[in-house]
Amino acid sequence: MKKNENMKNRINKLFNNKKENILSVYFTAGFPNLNDTVEIIQQLEKNGVDLVEIGIPFSDPTADGPIIQKSSEAALINGMSLNLLFEQLKTIRESVNIPLILMGYFNPVFQFGVERFCQKCAEVGIDGAILPDLPLHEFDNEYKSFFKEYNLHNILLITPQTSESRINQIDAASEGFIYMVSSSSTTGTGKKVEDFQQDYFERIKQMNMKNPRLIGFGISDNATFKNACKYAEGAIIGSAFVKSLSANPNLKESIAQFVKNIQKNT
Amino acid sequence: MKYQVDENGYYGEFGGAWIPEMMYTNIDELKRRYLEIMESAEFKNEFDLLLKDYVGRPSPLYFAKRLSEHYNTNIFLKREDLNHTGSHKLNNTIGQILLAQKLGKTRIIAETGAGQHGVATATVCALKGIKCVVYMGALDVSRQAPNVKKMKMLGAKVIPVHSGNKTLKDATNEAMRDWINNPVDTHYIIGSVVGPHPYPDMVARFQSVISAEMKSQLLAQTGFELPTRIIACVGGGSNAAGAFYHFLNDEQVELIGVEAAGKGVDTNETAATLTVGTIGVLHASKTMLMQNSDGQITEPYSISAGLDYPGIGPMHANLHKTGRAKFLAATDEEVLQAALFLTQKEGIIPALESAHALAGLEKIRMQPEDVNVINLSGSGNKDMETYLDYFGY
Ligand SMILES: Cc1ncc(COP(=O)(O)O)c(C=O)c1O
Repeated sequence: MKKNENMKNRINKLFNNKKENILSVYFTAGFPNLNDTVEIIQQLEKNGVDLVEIGIPFSDPTADGPIIQKSSEAALINGMSLNLLFEQLKTIRESVNIPLILMGYFNPVFQFGVERFCQKCAEVGIDGAILPDLPLHEFDNEYKSFFKEYNLHNILLITPQTSESRINQIDAASEGFIYMVSSSSTTGTGKKVEDFQQDYFERIKQMNMKNPRLIGFGISDNATFKNACKYAEGAIIGSAFVKSLSANPNLKESIAQFVKNIQKNT
Repeated sequence: MKYQVDENGYYGEFGGAWIPEMMYTNIDELKRRYLEIMESAEFKNEFDLLLKDYVGRPSPLYFAKRLSEHYNTNIFLKREDLNHTGSHKLNNTIGQILLAQKLGKTRIIAETGAGQHGVATATVCALKGIKCVVYMGALDVSRQAPNVKKMKMLGAKVIPVHSGNKTLKDATNEAMRDWINNPVDTHYIIGSVVGPHPYPDMVARFQSVISAEMKSQLLAQTGFELPTRIIACVGGGSNAAGAFYHFLNDEQVELIGVEAAGKGVDTNETAATLTVGTIGVLHASKTMLMQNSDGQITEPYSISAGLDYPGIGPMHANLHKTGRAKFLAATDEEVLQAALFLTQKEGIIPALESAHALAGLEKIRMQPEDVNVINLSGSGNKDMETYLDYFGY
């Protein structure tokens, strides 16, 4: 029964079919322009990205570095809101097949209504949510049933500081994949391969968790992507992509070039 | 225990620890260890000794005769302005620096609005020889310049924050980011009863010395066991939490918090969270917030940098909800007049924050036999420029 349900979720399908070099890309909805959302997703899929994380902008993104702070601020000034985002995504499943995840801070979701949020996600075809400041115990206590009902995966994070017992707890509670934060940092630190703690990557790899993993935070280019893919099923790129969008306003061009660069020789 | 934190970190429906996983290990360690450390004899001895010989406690409970005559009642001022560094903030930073040492931390970070908490943090870091970084909104850096210089002289690094409204909320965001980036060696000294559990409870406990002293001083000086009411200003709510703490279960004692109305609670230049706010999650706590219907935090405004915050501690959100405490709001204008009035009636220049509590006197019906205690949370030294500009001396 459970297995069947999971099979319906595009995230599980992806990880069942592909075991390596999975590329997930994050962008902030409403940036650079308010109505770029659908085109960005379409272009990412067209260029071979496996999974997209759509950022819900928040006024106080405490886990983010300057690039995502700025894109969030700009998106809010442009007029982005969760209501509008769902409106923009209404027909996304007519043109896009890859799994889609909403990522953001808890308060906008809380004001929208958590149950209503889950219901809307199911309606437009969102497969998962990453809400970093919704901790596991609060999720379990209050919201798990809504996520289950609408077959929405709540993606949880682990960090280099997370203890082994807590990792096991998170692994048991996770569906879809585990978001492995590459280092103790906010987003967008722009690290080089040698800056990453390979021993942490190795330690987690050896744990043989039940869930697949994607490594994120600080993955910014071909070298860091390839390195991360040695230790996990794939990796997540956020700030570097957001930055590339601000550099070249031609979405088609900049997205094609960005993705090609990341994936070369993989 | 009705108004105290429960074992899950909640005051009624408010509180909790809405932290990203990156902060989990530090918050979990604090949560597991703060009570055991604070209740150890070694910690208590060191804390009490520093409060006495370094902070200068107990702070006097002063019967304000001319102020009492004016209002035809009895008014006492709890003189937190006479503490070393000029406010109640040092009670908390002394406690937290000792705790940080017990946890083996070697670097301290803090946020500050008015600069009082920043100065209090820089002070204890100098006292203990620990590295100190203070985040301060760029607007506050310019409007509280003397405190910035003090922090620097004390050896702290002051980092101006340019995001958002460039005030206390933004400084708090940046301090949280710093902690995420430095999870091993760093302790974050939060300056009020805000943030994730166990901070609200921990800071309230460190500040509770205020009401413990009030109780014994009142008895010794007047023979009364309990005051009629206690009045305190509320930003995040730490001085109010400290002043209310030991009276929370004495339900006959009226507890009154005064928030910053700014230019008025019906304008959008206000910081009166309980009057205009709704429930939400900010800075890892579920509490009352100033926000729009999309859940974006709205920018607060107050003439007083220390009250210029869009949230409030979960303890106060619950005291408000349950009706155990009443919350009023005073405008900039009312506050400036109240500050001048105290200055000329009693020869005490209050902090702008504390003057909100004094402005509360105009809004409360008091009987001649009432015993009113005002928590005078800080001195007006840091606000002289504002006062001089406004009154034109
Ligand atoms: C003198 C004084 N009183 C009150 C406050 C407000 O903080 P809280 O509400 O936590 O007491 C501040 C903050 O800077 C302050 O400096």
